Amino acid sequence: MNLYEFSYGIIHWLVDLVNHLWYWLGDWLPWALGDFFTAVGDFAASDGHLSVMTMLLETLIIVIVALINVLNFLWIFRKLSGRILDFYGPYYVGYRIGGWLQNLADGMKLFVKEIIVPAKADKVGFLLAPIIYVGSSLLILATIPFSENFGLSTNPSGEYVPAGALFAIAAFAIAPFTILLAGWSSNNKYTLIGGMRSAAQMMSYEIPLLLTVASVFLLAGSFNFVDIVDMQHDIWFAIPLFIGFVVFLVCLMAEVEIIPFDLPEAEAELVEGWTTEYGGMRFGLFYMTTAVRSYAGGALATALFLGGWHGPSFIPDEIWFLIKAYLVFTVFMWVTWSLPRVRIDQMLGIGWKRLLPLAVLNLFIAAVVKSAGWV
Amino acid sequence: MAEMWVNMGPQHPMTHGLWNLRVKVDGETIVDAEPEVGYLHRGIEKLCENRTYPQIIPIADRLCYGSSMTWSHLYCMTVEDLTGLEVPERAEYIRVVAIEMQRIASHLMWLAAYAGDLGLSVGFTYTMRDREVFVDLFQALTGGRLTYNFPRIGGVAHDLPPDFDRDAIRAVDYMEKRLREYEDLFDRSKIFMMRNEGIGILRKEDAMNLGVTGPSLRASGVSYDIRKDAPYSVYPEMDFEVATHKDCDCYARYKVRMVEMWQSCRIIRQAIAEMPKGKWRVVAPRTAPEGTGLGRVEDPRGEGMMYVVGDGTDRPYRLKVRSPIFVTVSAAPKILVGYKLADVVAIMGGLDMCIGETDR
Repeated sequence: MNLYEFSYGIIHWLVDLVNHLWYWLGDWLPWALGDFFTAVGDFAASDGHLSVMTMLLETLIIVIVALINVLNFLWIFRKLSGRILDFYGPYYVGYRIGGWLQNLADGMKLFVKEIIVPAKADKVGFLLAPIIYVGSSLLILATIPFSENFGLSTNPSGEYVPAGALFAIAAFAIAPFTILLAGWSSNNKYTLIGGMRSAAQMMSYEIPLLLTVASVFLLAGSFNFVDIVDMQHDIWFAIPLFIGFVVFLVCLMAEVEIIPFDLPEAEAELVEGWTTEYGGMRFGLFYMTTAVRSYAGGALATALFLGGWHGPSFIPDEIWFLIKAYLVFTVFMWVTWSLPRVRIDQMLGIGWKRLLPLAVLNLFIAAVVKSAGWV
Repeated sequence: MAEMWVNMGPQHPMTHGLWNLRVKVDGETIVDAEPEVGYLHRGIEKLCENRTYPQIIPIADRLCYGSSMTWSHLYCMTVEDLTGLEVPERAEYIRVVAIEMQRIASHLMWLAAYAGDLGLSVGFTYTMRDREVFVDLFQALTGGRLTYNFPRIGGVAHDLPPDFDRDAIRAVDYMEKRLREYEDLFDRSKIFMMRNEGIGILRKEDAMNLGVTGPSLRASGVSYDIRKDAPYSVYPEMDFEVATHKDCDCYARYKVRMVEMWQSCRIIRQAIAEMPKGKWRVVAPRTAPEGTGLGRVEDPRGEGMMYVVGDGTDRPYRLKVRSPIFVTVSAAPKILVGYKLADVVAIMGGLDMCIGETDR
């Protein structure tokens, strides 16, 4: 049973249950109103309505699963930083489960804080930017499947959205614009510099990132996650495209904005960068969204390079996928806590002078491998 | 191009204290800079005029929270110069051990702040952890962990606690092991070198003209150390080298401080080994004669100087403090212009700001 059938079953059962009551009500009412009730019930039971509702439920399930994973990620983020930086990390809240509940406690605390909009901020932009940022980051997760049976599909056969990988990469690239919007609308010099840095940074890492992804598409011959992962059944793309894999990870770190490349929110020189004026739950959402993006990055790296859900079958496919994504995230954290921050011009230098030629070389290798028929 | 002034301070993660650096940026490039200090002015010099001589020792501690031992030691030295008091030799050795420990602790705190500024979290926590070893030693020696109130006019407050020699040597052994680890952590980190090499060039002539002292001056290639050039206490009997570097950049400032920590370890070993027996304090007179006293020390941040005028009573007529960072910060525009906004943290962090002594 795949996710579509599961959701369809639930929706169908719910609609049947409600319609049972609904038709019964319609029978009791006078004729015109009764007909109306019957018509509404028929609409609810129609195929189109059912499939739309099924897709919505699928999305909801995927987002909930993703957010639970994000809580895990935040917990690992804090515990691992404790291991690396020589302190304990969260400990007391949820004592028996290693302080896992600390993030929920922090979320509650941030949730009850006042929402402050600076007097001279551009209100529309200021309030819109976090919504787009969080929304677009959750959107990345929509098309990334955990296995052949767990992912967003539009028909009972379980076929995934075509060009899902392309969509995920596109959704990934929305965030810098919202950062620029947030930085500009906050009407603060630190946020403005942070937003501008984000735009400059995006230019330099987005192109190598897309070139490495293009090499994967070239090898797989498809934009679909299932095809890409199936092509890696025998050999992971990380092995023939090792250069591309490294470039991809570096670009992902820049994309997620963690420490070697967290220039838009460089806390030492820009206070909190583009998030300076955001407080309360907005800050909490930004914090959470960093984990969402790390999770999405880890999932993308897993699906594109690390063989997705393929692995020895004594562990379920979905768990394999998560293990790999968590490992990528762990590597990110390891790098984050042990490296200083680069400067913006050095970042651009790395992007244009190092990563871009390597990405082109990687694309060339992919073309050779593909035309020789080795994969 | 649009230029704008950005206030980095008084409430800013870069400042490490309470001061304001206004930088004029053109995009990301700094075209002008203007340090503003005075937010932490507590009127310490005036306060001292209404205190008796021994009462000023804890106030002198508060001059710099990073290296309080050197400042109370400097104050006691200055008053001893005024009264012409001879300090027992054991007290001088204990003082040297204490101020060299303070130098290591202060440099470690600087390194922690510097690493934190550059985004190197692991550098922050590791150095603060290792500073704890010396803070614990201070606790055993003086009872305090941040401000010690340990030197006295005419000696020190207590003799060494039992087994202090052993603990101090162990701490130094541990520190030398750690210093090697730091060299791996910082010097071999490509990004750390990218952020430091060639950044914040302060030429030899500029450094001397602007009155910069301490590690920042020595990093510009000038071998000037009060411990060698105007020796005080028992430094003439100690065998150590003055750390200098020719590069004049942030990396040179970092390297000079690292070498100084090695040299401090050396001095502590010698002082512990050569520690004479005897008294550690003589009774000082209640009043000081009319006249002036002058003391100069090599603070971890530069040349600290105190000038005291006595008027025959038990209170000083005037106490003047020469703070190294107050002078050094005036070099900020010279070394900031032309670099990027992100270099501000590397450059100003490399000067080791301490606002307590700057604003007094």
